[in-house]
Amino acid sequence: MRPNDRRYTQTHEWVKPDGETMLIGITDFAVRELSNGNEDDLVYCDLPEAGRVLTAGETFGEIESVKAVSDLNAPVAGEVVETNVNIEEHLEVLAKDPWNAGWMIRLRPERKSLDGLMSAEEYEKFVAAGGH
Amino acid sequence: MKQTALHAVHAALGAKLIEFGGWSMPVQYGPILDEAQCVRSSAGLFDLGHMGRVHVSGPDTLRFLDKVCTNFVAKIPVGAIRYSLFCRADGNPIDDLLVYREKDSVYLVINAGNTAVDLAWLREQAQGFAVTIDDQTERTGMLALQGQRAHEVLQTLVTGLDLATIGYYKFGFGTVCGLPNTRLSRTGYTGEDGFEIYLDNADCVRVWNAVLEAGRAAGVRPIGLGARDILRLEAGMPLYGHEIDATHNPIEAGLDFGISFKDEKGDWIGRSALAAVKAAPRQRLIGLVTDGPRVPRQGHKLFSGAQEVGYVCSGAPSPTLGVNIASAYVALSHAQPGAQLEIDFKGKRQPCQLRDLPFFSRTRK
Repeated sequence: MRPNDRRYTQTHEWVKPDGETMLIGITDFAVRELSNGNEDDLVYCDLPEAGRVLTAGETFGEIESVKAVSDLNAPVAGEVVETNVNIEEHLEVLAKDPWNAGWMIRLRPERKSLDGLMSAEEYEKFVAAGGH
Repeated sequence: MKQTALHAVHAALGAKLIEFGGWSMPVQYGPILDEAQCVRSSAGLFDLGHMGRVHVSGPDTLRFLDKVCTNFVAKIPVGAIRYSLFCRADGNPIDDLLVYREKDSVYLVINAGNTAVDLAWLREQAQGFAVTIDDQTERTGMLALQGQRAHEVLQTLVTGLDLATIGYYKFGFGTVCGLPNTRLSRTGYTGEDGFEIYLDNADCVRVWNAVLEAGRAAGVRPIGLGARDILRLEAGMPLYGHEIDATHNPIEAGLDFGISFKDEKGDWIGRSALAAVKAAPRQRLIGLVTDGPRVPRQGHKLFSGAQEVGYVCSGAPSPTLGVNIASAYVALSHAQPGAQLEIDFKGKRQPCQLRDLPFFSRTRK
């Protein structure tokens, strides 16, 4: 079972409340799909500058493997207050620990509500059904 | 989806399988970049069962093939192989291929994704020629062993044929793993020395396993299509659908060595259109390297200041060069090696520098 302290999107991002802000990252499923299970195949991650204001569903960055590029989409609206600059140099973090060390951006959300996003249980079912 | 004779072997090796040209093929067994480096440092084994294999025979074989091929088939020495293309009247390719000249017949190796279209077109063009076109693809298999250690490893499995007697772009027949009269050729799609082995479906698994076993100490591993694509790009070799296709002619792609305008060849399909392109090309295929983190991909546009001057055909991280590389069409006015351009990544620019192709080759300069 994936962590139930957060919510999930159909495009395989997670969002986790952390005090007044929220952390956003991508799931183990997303990493595996992109890298085919080989962390060395991840080559690049483009994250936004702090201060950028995102709407829900907006693309805030891209992650790239040897063979493919995927958009990173904001699960909720808000302002980017911090990005995890460590990721750009250490993409393997995403494979090793997508849930904690692999967070990508910290958002000051417009609203606290995470309604409409999947619970861990719902996300499990979504992935079990193929994840598309 | 079609499966090669080695499908179950790939699955057992834990390969990630994808659709390619209508076939289920291994894109990788492990990290793609490791596989590319394995071929550069030792040798790698590829399943090429998906590639089309067509035997053409009959009294009009050479005359027919010199009508449909861009290269001069009748001039290929027996036992030699040449690169060629099939083009439409507009000069744009239907496919590219290798032509194996046998004594009284010719063997063609064509792209998986184009096999059905090629065969339909060949049969249409063959009206009035006394030729038999035999598609052997689905009853046969094909392996490639590519890399500096390929020769010594494969020789341990071959009897009745000294592989040293098969020159680059030549072929012969020997006994492989006890299988007599097996076709062996020395070409490749990686920029390395290497060999192709042609087999009946029933023998593919045994020979595949024997090559891996014979190459174990040398570090030979199975290699998927992901690494193959990087290796061929490093070697400056075109892939249909990227550098050449129904709107990209082979002259601007720099494939003149596969095209003969000799009068003795007679007229052939696409000749006049390609002669016109040769007289007045507008762009050329060229290499580029970029220090930036982003990997160029097909369709990314190239700029010189505000002016759009070209676009990317293929791109990849190059483990051999240690930078991201690409092939691109650039307007002749800007296509000088060393020139600095910028690649556009959805509005963000990344500098790049033009380079001659190939980026790397052990088999040609």
